Amino acid sequence: MTTLDEIIGQSEHKSVLSRITGVPAFWVFLAAFVACLALTLMTDTFATPRNLFNVTRNFAFVAIIAVGMTAVIASGGIDLSVGSTVVLTAMVISILMAAGYSFALSAFAAICAALAVGALNGVLIAYAGMPPFVVTLGMLSAARSLAMVLSNNKMIYEFGPDHDLLLWLGGGSTFGLPHPLYALVVLTLVMSFVFRWTRWGQYVYAIGGNESAATLSGIAVKRQKVTIYMFSAFTAGLAGILMTGWLGSVTTNLGQSMELAVIAAAVIGGANLAGGEGTALGAVVGALLIEVIRNSLILLGISTFWQGMFIGTFIIVAVAFDRFRSHRN
Amino acid sequence: MSRLTMTGITKNFGAIRALSDVSISVAPGEVLGLMGDNGAGKSTLVKIIAGNFPPSAGDIRIDDKPVFFHRPVDAQREGVEVVYQDLALCNNLTAASNVFLGRETTRSLGPFRVIDYPAMNQRAAELFKQLKSETRPRDLVRKMSGGQRQAVAIARTLLSEPKIVLMDEPTAAISVRQVVEVLDLIRRLRDRGISVVLVSHRMPDVFAVADRIAVLRRGSLVASKATALSSPEEVTGLITGAIEAA
Ligand SMILES: Nc1ncnc2c1ncn2[C@@H]1O[C@H](COP(=O)(O)OP(=O)(O)OP(=O)(O)O)[C@@H](O)[C@H]1O
Ligand SMILES: [Mg+2]
Repeated sequence: MTTLDEIIGQSEHKSVLSRITGVPAFWVFLAAFVACLALTLMTDTFATPRNLFNVTRNFAFVAIIAVGMTAVIASGGIDLSVGSTVVLTAMVISILMAAGYSFALSAFAAICAALAVGALNGVLIAYAGMPPFVVTLGMLSAARSLAMVLSNNKMIYEFGPDHDLLLWLGGGSTFGLPHPLYALVVLTLVMSFVFRWTRWGQYVYAIGGNESAATLSGIAVKRQKVTIYMFSAFTAGLAGILMTGWLGSVTTNLGQSMELAVIAAAVIGGANLAGGEGTALGAVVGALLIEVIRNSLILLGISTFWQGMFIGTFIIVAVAFDRFRSHRN
Repeated sequence: MSRLTMTGITKNFGAIRALSDVSISVAPGEVLGLMGDNGAGKSTLVKIIAGNFPPSAGDIRIDDKPVFFHRPVDAQREGVEVVYQDLALCNNLTAASNVFLGRETTRSLGPFRVIDYPAMNQRAAELFKQLKSETRPRDLVRKMSGGQRQAVAIARTLLSEPKIVLMDEPTAAISVRQVVEVLDLIRRLRDRGISVVLVSHRMPDVFAVADRIAVLRRGSLVASKATALSSPEEVTGLITGAIEAA
């Protein structure tokens, strides 16, 4: 006969192995790893320093935004406007820098523009009670249009006095690793901590799990939602600035349909579109898998037109997998 | 002395009058069973006491002190806690996280304030022990039985040493064995001197734990009498209107 004390005190004793294999990100990482291994064996072009450098840099952009998207999805929302936020921030920073302003000031203004987009999304969703899908879809159109208006149909590739700094930040490397990867690592570490250990993180999951319960518990759900969309927009803005530096020029189709890759990355990494689940590390690993697959298509000589098919299939399969899992429980 | 006194409570939702001139009081450590047909105004009355919305007219006193609630936290501060009809739990969080939802224990880590999970788990374990419920603080609520979920929802109310616990249909959708558990939980609250307002459609449950039974019919209070002096037949008549008032 076990006492009440013992039963309450019990915790599920899980071995390290079963704990690791219980995390969706582990399986995604394994898949990415196997894909890398296969590509290394099948092609001479994959495991070259040049290609690996490109892969890590390209995936970093999607992964940075996927971390922000994870917060939105875990809170039960969706943000379709990230791709347009990317081009808007890129446009703002390039126009200001081209006009002779310093990098710091221009980057600050660009991030403010991104935060404004996020705040508007958040206010319309939280306070006006509009569905996230509709609000951010409208923003997807509006923000890109605004970027086009700002561009005045000119391509900018001269960034004023801090030109070299911008290109170095987005396109340079230190210790052989591309700079966007550093930004990603810092963001992932910070957000892993925030998601797990702070009230803000706890409330993201609480709202995604049961929004009315969160409200009844006295959590400032509306304010929290605004900050969540602002965070998502912030990550898009950060990626936008880094992409500007990497490309060395901004065109109005920058970040087009990026939201799909970002959402796919978050979902593959374990973010639950029904809300309540998702991790920063998962989003990063999800983005890695997508980029490896994308890269393999190119290296294996398969038409890049197939990319959309892969991303679309990924989203659907990941959601189907989720359904299957929750049905079994 | 009376723990909770409501006088002349009226609530209008636009043209709908959900409550009209309800006066009722609850003593410390008393369990009040609140009954009535669908739409009689039970949840509305509970929500007014809980501070979800203010009454259109009438006043509320707690320990003979007038109180005005604008938000649920105002009510919480006066010692009013609620177990909602649908329990209001987050399935994706642990039992302890649910118990502390919105009131997380934090500790400082350098310049940051981080959630103190060990302290929360420990306190939650103590509360479950008090409630004699086999509920593990670290388990996800998703995986719990109806009775354990009830224990989590009720443990939530105990966090702050409440004076009054309001329960809206806690036994609506659970098994017979779990109903017994919940009724036991209610008795434990009462033994600690906490007043309980229990809203329920289930006659046997109310008669099992309530000291007094109040009946609402179309927003009006038609009876408020000691359980011992009433009978299920009488209460049924009061609910349906076969008996005008008692
Ligand atoms: N927020 C609201 N806005 C408008 N009308 C409302 C609102 N809340 C309740 N009502 C109305 O007030 C009346 C009383 O509702 P209430 O929910 O209090 O009933 P109840 O006794 O709890 O019923 P049930 O047993 O079905 O839970 C109903 O006619 C209902 O439609
Ligand atoms: Mg009700």
